[in-house]
Amino acid sequence: MSTHYLSKNRVARMLRRNFSAALGVGAVALLLATNPSVAAVNTTGLAVTDTEVTVGILHSVTGTMSISETGSVQAEKLAIEQINATGGVLGRKIKFIQEDGASDWPTFAEKSKKLLVKDRVAAVFGCWTSASRKAVLPVFEQYNGMLYYPTFYEGLEQSPNVIYTGQEATQQIIAGIDWVVKEKGAKKFFLLGSDYIWPRTSNKIARKHIEKIGLKVVGEEYYPLGHTQFNSVINKMKLKKPDVIYAIVVGGSNVAFYKQLKAAGIDMTKEKPALLTISVTEDEIRGIGGENIEGAYAAMKYFQSLDNPNNKAFVKAFKEMWGEDIVIGDVTQAAYLGPWLWKAAVEKAGSFDIDKIRAASPGIELTTAPEGYVKIHPNHHLWSKTRVGLAQPDGQYKVVYETDELMEPDPFPKGYQ
Amino acid sequence: MFSEYSTAELMSIFAMQGFAGLILFSVFVLMALGLAIIFGQMGVINMAHGEFMILGAYVTYLISNLFSEYMPALFSMYFFLAMIVAFFVAGGLGAFVEWAMIRHLYKRPLDTLLATWGLSLILQQFYRTVFGAREVGVSLPDWLMGSIPLTDVIDIPINGLFVMALTLVISVSVYLLMFKSNWGVQVRAVVQNRPMAGAVGINTEKSDRVTFALGCGIAGVAGSAFTMIGSTGPTAGQLYIVDTFLVVVFGGAQSLLGTIASAFTISQAQSSMEFFLSGSMAKVLTLLVVVGILMLRPQGLFALKIRH
Repeated sequence: MSTHYLSKNRVARMLRRNFSAALGVGAVALLLATNPSVAAVNTTGLAVTDTEVTVGILHSVTGTMSISETGSVQAEKLAIEQINATGGVLGRKIKFIQEDGASDWPTFAEKSKKLLVKDRVAAVFGCWTSASRKAVLPVFEQYNGMLYYPTFYEGLEQSPNVIYTGQEATQQIIAGIDWVVKEKGAKKFFLLGSDYIWPRTSNKIARKHIEKIGLKVVGEEYYPLGHTQFNSVINKMKLKKPDVIYAIVVGGSNVAFYKQLKAAGIDMTKEKPALLTISVTEDEIRGIGGENIEGAYAAMKYFQSLDNPNNKAFVKAFKEMWGEDIVIGDVTQAAYLGPWLWKAAVEKAGSFDIDKIRAASPGIELTTAPEGYVKIHPNHHLWSKTRVGLAQPDGQYKVVYETDELMEPDPFPKGYQ
Repeated sequence: MFSEYSTAELMSIFAMQGFAGLILFSVFVLMALGLAIIFGQMGVINMAHGEFMILGAYVTYLISNLFSEYMPALFSMYFFLAMIVAFFVAGGLGAFVEWAMIRHLYKRPLDTLLATWGLSLILQQFYRTVFGAREVGVSLPDWLMGSIPLTDVIDIPINGLFVMALTLVISVSVYLLMFKSNWGVQVRAVVQNRPMAGAVGINTEKSDRVTFALGCGIAGVAGSAFTMIGSTGPTAGQLYIVDTFLVVVFGGAQSLLGTIASAFTISQAQSSMEFFLSGSMAKVLTLLVVVGILMLRPQGLFALKIRH
């Protein structure tokens, strides 16, 4: 993996390592001497020593969300291992403490408090659902911690203590809708979602945008999380004849929805209706089955099939670490960015101090991101491209469109709330 | 809410929704029948019922992989074998669980709730360890995924028809077993009066074990069938358990006929409401109606008349 901005003095470090091999203990002392002292880089009493810095990983590895969050944990561990292999952060190896949020929001709050207060971690990579993020937010603000949050989400939030490495809603939705309108000549939309904050807010933004450009929403429906019977809403879609089914169903419900859609004779590989989703990544397709979702479009910032050298190296390293069969979805990639963005901020600040990292974060660029290039906006979200992928029978997306420019994150869109 | 549709459209709406309701009805019956046998006949509150279903789903997943790997020519027929294997695997585990755990708790029915809940957690973790935390995709033969177009808007999903046929076969078999076979007479005798049944020479222990195994086996077949319409993950069984108990309790726990009647009522009510109201609202209304009726009739729609 190329690390051009990551360590200007990589060569120097390699020399030092060879030294230590040759000279043993004496060289270790030399190595320590070349690291800036703890007092210089750490003024907030974090778990930083001369050789190590401790961070936290906080995801659900048990309970219903473990299905989604496993990928994030794997990505964060990979990034940490790679950073350590190239010399660590400010000359210190990253050590992580992993906690299990157990798909339970109060547990997330408890564990984040433990990580910040007891373990004094320098940063936390974690959370997936909006509910878990909202639960830990007061803890991070009270104890002044730093959270790198990887999921695409509904927006309407900005915290000095969070860096959002996934997309906020407008980045994902507006480019996707504009594309489908232009390419498919869509005029009538049917919105479908699971019944909680993210799909409802996202559909609100989608509806505003659809109506703003003079088109029509012919149906909007929500089903409880975990719902598995979509026959009625599919019937409704058949009667209303939308040009686009805009689906934000999450988790296991997706499997039921796409299988029933196919069984009911709606063929997404035909011209109409087109199906556009912002919630089905390659991870979900493993459960749905590629043959059941073939022909659907997804609008998000990352697909495993992205054709660029960064991504190829990332996919290769990911598979080497976690197995050949693994698939990588949008959130997994966003989780991978977390440790790298943190490292860049620490090195720019020359310190682990939270306030200094925060001040250093806006403007940080990552040219090595698997999705291409990202940059932190002063509102703590990332500039990123939005892409549209066409689902293939083998479970991968083929990229059919990407925005020319990086999209500016706009967590509080005017007129969309 | 009717005014926006033409008469012809309303006709097709009712036809489509009626059919969607029938599919839902079949799903409910498949889910609830195994539980009705265990809960209704034995008084055991089996919180692990959903996990027995998912066991059937995982068996189907394994067999589908086996066929696509080694016998792709026979892939289109694997589903039947999968259902039979699912029945025996889930039934076998059921028999083991009855022997190891449940039989010690017959005198304390409320404790079966706790014990089987623990069992469900153990099974979930077991699935997670063996199959991974993510959902697995069960590929289905093509002929099961198609639909038969009747009119412009009405398509009949073949997997829906398949589930309906399967439900019919299983319901009739259970009926014959329970009411027309010697074994069924014994089970019902044990349920109504255990000491007396024992006194006339019925092997009550064996009867219990076979009943429990049968209930779990039916759950396994249901799980196998649900791979056509739902997801297969370690915790997916949890999604079904509430609906399943709802159907069984609403119907009257000890009556198999009640289970079927209640599945029909709930599914048709939900299906017709879903079209004109939102999905979440339909579910809420269904629950409200069920709760209301249970307040008036705590024993459920159909109660067995027995002397207490």
